[in-house]
Amino acid sequence: MRARLGVALVLVLVLAGAAAQAGPRRSGFDDMSPATQAMQRDDAANPAWLWLKDGEQRFAADCARCHGVERMRGVAARHPAFDARRGRPLTLGERIGICQAENVKGAPLAPESDARLALESYVAHQSRGLPIAPPADARLAPFRERGARLFAQRFGQLDLSCAACHDRRPGQRLAGSVIPQGHPTGYPVYRLEWQGVGSLQRRLRGCLTGIRAEPFDFDSAEITAIELHLMQRAAGMKIETPGVRP
Amino acid sequence: MATRALVHLPAAIRRGEPFEVRALIAHPMETGHRVDTQGQRLPRDIIRRFEARLDGELVFAADLHPSIAANPYIVFPLVVQAAGTLALSWSGDRGFAHGESVALQPS
Amino acid sequence: MKRRTLLAAAGAGSLLLVRPALATPEAMRRALAEFAGGAVLREGRVQLEIAALVENGNTVPVTLRMASPMTAADHVRRLALFTERNPDPGVAVFHLGPRNGRAEVATRMRLATSQTVVAAALTSDGTCWTTSVDVLVTLAACVEP
Repeated sequence: MRARLGVALVLVLVLAGAAAQAGPRRSGFDDMSPATQAMQRDDAANPAWLWLKDGEQRFAADCARCHGVERMRGVAARHPAFDARRGRPLTLGERIGICQAENVKGAPLAPESDARLALESYVAHQSRGLPIAPPADARLAPFRERGARLFAQRFGQLDLSCAACHDRRPGQRLAGSVIPQGHPTGYPVYRLEWQGVGSLQRRLRGCLTGIRAEPFDFDSAEITAIELHLMQRAAGMKIETPGVRP
Repeated sequence: MATRALVHLPAAIRRGEPFEVRALIAHPMETGHRVDTQGQRLPRDIIRRFEARLDGELVFAADLHPSIAANPYIVFPLVVQAAGTLALSWSGDRGFAHGESVALQPS
Repeated sequence: MKRRTLLAAAGAGSLLLVRPALATPEAMRRALAEFAGGAVLREGRVQLEIAALVENGNTVPVTLRMASPMTAADHVRRLALFTERNPDPGVAVFHLGPRNGRAEVATRMRLATSQTVVAAALTSDGTCWTTSVDVLVTLAACVEP
């Protein structure tokens, strides 16, 4: 009995160590001004709900024939997930697009289209309040490792890596903005800078453009790998979708 | 987008007591000052007028200009003495028009 | 002043943004006068709730309110918002009456840059009350498509 307790204790400590970073983890929500936080908290004021409500209608029309909405709870928390048929991980957005094309056989949902973002918002919202729970799937390991390498790699004319700002300098300022730790807790988000809803991929591409690097394509292997790494890095943090960010 | 507008009222409304109506509508509110990547000015495209009518009577209105943020959000108070229908309407450039109706059941 | 600022920015190698001509305090004064329509302009009574430091000027929550019995004899007829340095000085005009119960409106506005924002209220007795708040706007660190 004591041996088993001992093993359990060691396991807990190892897992805690694996998930922890230097210092407490903060969602981008914590770095926002009170006015923007209030905008996210209030479902009646949060502009992302325009997309979410649209997603609710689309889900009822196209997805409900196979998927009960209650079964969508937890789905966003465990994506990207491995797709055995394709032999690679899929983000939630890409999976929705594939399902639409292959099963619903409806109008295709282009990446970053309002239609795809609406469905992604609605499905991810079903996981609001749940901790991010990357699947313990050994098949994801090489992709996750690639994502970790890309996160640490320097890119672009400004020769910066994601880690340089988001691992080593969070809380410091870039021009007038606080550098967040960069956890994907609220996606798809209504970003004030975009005046609309966008995916994590759009945010990553924007950042790459900002450091004057060639941005990875939507649904590319690289951007999926980075997303996989970011979700692992944020494991345990609560999903906030729909988020609002400055 | 299929969903154009969201209207939020409190769960309980009481006769004679002011309550908040919150109206949100999807619209880019293109200012007419922005320039695209080719250097061409993007023409103005905004919602110019918002109206609230209670059983046909105008009870609130707003004249909007380009400095109102995209996806306009307006919160205004209202007092009712009896059940009725609140009709909200938005109109603007390029013949934009949208309406939402809500039944009011005060206790 | 504006030309020198533009040239300095270009010389520093930063991205040269094409900005529309900003309004002037004079344009705002004219818009305010037009709103008041000959009413006596007085400072006070109307409240403007807006963050003093704004992290993104695209969407800035703002609330206007004024204590008033909102009766037929004594009420606020109009609440309005103006800016000094947005390209258009007028932001919105809200039409109220006794059916509203209170004189309070909230919305979200755009702020092109740090500037003074003015709230105005036209009351049934023919006065135009104004109040102004100085707001600091921080601009986004990265310009992205």
